[in-house]
Amino acid sequence: MTQRARNWLLLAPAGIWFLVMLIIPLTVVFIFSFGERAPSGGVVLALTVEQYANLPARWAAFKNTMTLAPIGTLSALLIAYPLAYFLAVKADPRWKTILLVLVIVPFWTSILIRSYAWIFLLGGRGIPALLEWVGIEGLRLINTPFAVLVGIIYGYLPLMVFPIFVSLDKLDKRLLEASSDLGAKPWKTFLQVTLPLSIPGIATGCMLVFILLMGEYLIPALLGGGKVFFVGNALVDLFLQSRNWAYGSAVAVTLVVVMLIIVTIYMRLISRLGANREDVSIM
Amino acid sequence: MTKNIDYISKKEFIEKLESYRKGSITRRHFLNVTGLGAAAAVMGASVPGLRPQPAFAGDIGDRVVLATWPNYHDPANFDAFTEATGAHVQVNVFGSNEEMLAKLQAGATGWDVYVPTNYTFEDYVKEDLIEPLDVSQLPNYEATAFDARYAEAGSVNGKLYGVPKNWGSTGMAINTKHNGGNAISSWREFFDITMDKFSGRTIVHDYQLTTIGSALNSFGYSFNSVDEKELADAEKLLIDVKPHLFAITSDYQPGMRNGDAWLTICWSGDGKQLNSDMPEIAYVLGKEGGEIWSDYWAIPKSSDRKAAAYALINFMLDPNVNVKEVLAHGYPTADSRTYNQLPDDLKSDPIIFPAQELLSPLEFGAAVTLTDPNRAELMARFKSA
Repeated sequence: MTQRARNWLLLAPAGIWFLVMLIIPLTVVFIFSFGERAPSGGVVLALTVEQYANLPARWAAFKNTMTLAPIGTLSALLIAYPLAYFLAVKADPRWKTILLVLVIVPFWTSILIRSYAWIFLLGGRGIPALLEWVGIEGLRLINTPFAVLVGIIYGYLPLMVFPIFVSLDKLDKRLLEASSDLGAKPWKTFLQVTLPLSIPGIATGCMLVFILLMGEYLIPALLGGGKVFFVGNALVDLFLQSRNWAYGSAVAVTLVVVMLIIVTIYMRLISRLGANREDVSIM
Repeated sequence: MTKNIDYISKKEFIEKLESYRKGSITRRHFLNVTGLGAAAAVMGASVPGLRPQPAFAGDIGDRVVLATWPNYHDPANFDAFTEATGAHVQVNVFGSNEEMLAKLQAGATGWDVYVPTNYTFEDYVKEDLIEPLDVSQLPNYEATAFDARYAEAGSVNGKLYGVPKNWGSTGMAINTKHNGGNAISSWREFFDITMDKFSGRTIVHDYQLTTIGSALNSFGYSFNSVDEKELADAEKLLIDVKPHLFAITSDYQPGMRNGDAWLTICWSGDGKQLNSDMPEIAYVLGKEGGEIWSDYWAIPKSSDRKAAAYALINFMLDPNVNVKEVLAHGYPTADSRTYNQLPDDLKSDPIIFPAQELLSPLEFGAAVTLTDPNRAELMARFKSA
């Protein structure tokens, strides 16, 4: 067997996976998006841009997603960074593994169950009842954008912690000593050494969280009480309730395109920030 | 309950699951929100070692797949069916008729029996997704025993496609404690009180049929209206009401139970469950009207275990079996043979069997209401507003 044939053979499983799981479904969705809704639901193939012309009717869903996804990503970053820093730099090596496992433990239970638990925590008999006890009354948490944000941060935190942890963990500690020897204060060392070197981790974590958030629908449905409407929720309704596959496909294609544009701009920005692009991996 | 110890552990698991669902997860809803209906398929017949042996040699195969709503059966009846026929009942729980229709339209569901609601039959027949029923295979079906009002939607163009399972109404549940001990009696009051002293305490369904229907009712319009002007009125009302809502969800029992929500659009079975546990929660029908619905046993055309499908439906139509079903889920039956066997307190329960004059303004959902694209878009605008 030639080297070339061997290479193709080794690539075949991934290639077939890619074709069956990505290219074919995306093509089907793309074709559907130019169709029309059948009278009792589904799709009739056609060649019309009617569905795309209708996109403004889902503008609010895109607006909500594009607002809460970046806010959620940034909030997760602000909370995850100190945690990752602690785990990678400060934590006693003997405890490190256990602490890391604790970060993963929530993943052992379905996000559905965990989000459901938050319904009770944020509901009238949960945190608001505790706050009432100390004199803060009439606070409504559940079914607000804030509740959705809490759910997002909670659900996606581990995805942000790990990439940052990895980039901080392999940070050469001698660089910090050198910085200190040259007279830099700790915060200056952090800003000029630690932070720039952890940018690949930050970039990866943000991208992971952001991409998944753009398609999120469970957390807004459960913790937003149906009043916080993401593109994901619009898609579920279009396919399972109004059964308008053509329009749903157009919305899905648009979401993919929007995401591609954002990710492209993001990658450009990151590479301009000086991080080595090869370090920013999505998987 | 059977004594077969071969599968006791599985049975216990199912019972636990059922009781876990009861009270926290209700008909049509939770799964609808999560989209996990198909994933919630539970009672798999996939482990041969756990399967009971047939009591007699049947030829209907070893299983039958049922697509149904949550909290809608007595699991003991399924065990009895398995014991009698050797066919295991595999239950898939769904969130809405729309979802069921969407799955059947997409093809290859593997279901043998399902329980569509009255307004879906025209579409199922039009799409050629539903099997005409051969009554000779349903000896327990006695057409004259059923109240025609709850049976007629099962026939399309003179052909029988579904036999009645249960019926119910869509009204409202109110926690009277917060309204000086008084209930309300109209959809007008429902929306007025929501924008006033119940602000932030009201739930409407995440379901266009009932939420838009209730808004239409409050203007005195038909629950099924697809008139543009009437829908525009309903939309304006819903968008005005939205900031005052606690939630848009069909999973309303948890909110009502923990006291966060005081008022909700409500299906009668949920109303019964809420009222039984918390007597201060009253279930009332809107005097302008509202929905009355009827579910049916039916067989999808794609089923390849039709003998088993007929056997299961026939088994459930047996009044002795059906009475246990009604006792378990609390939805009324249209079968007079079963009704006669019910305990008197259930027969006179005003939530389960409301007085005829309260029922008469109610309307059955229409096929056009289900498929109208304008109503679907209105709901999307309301939710994203």
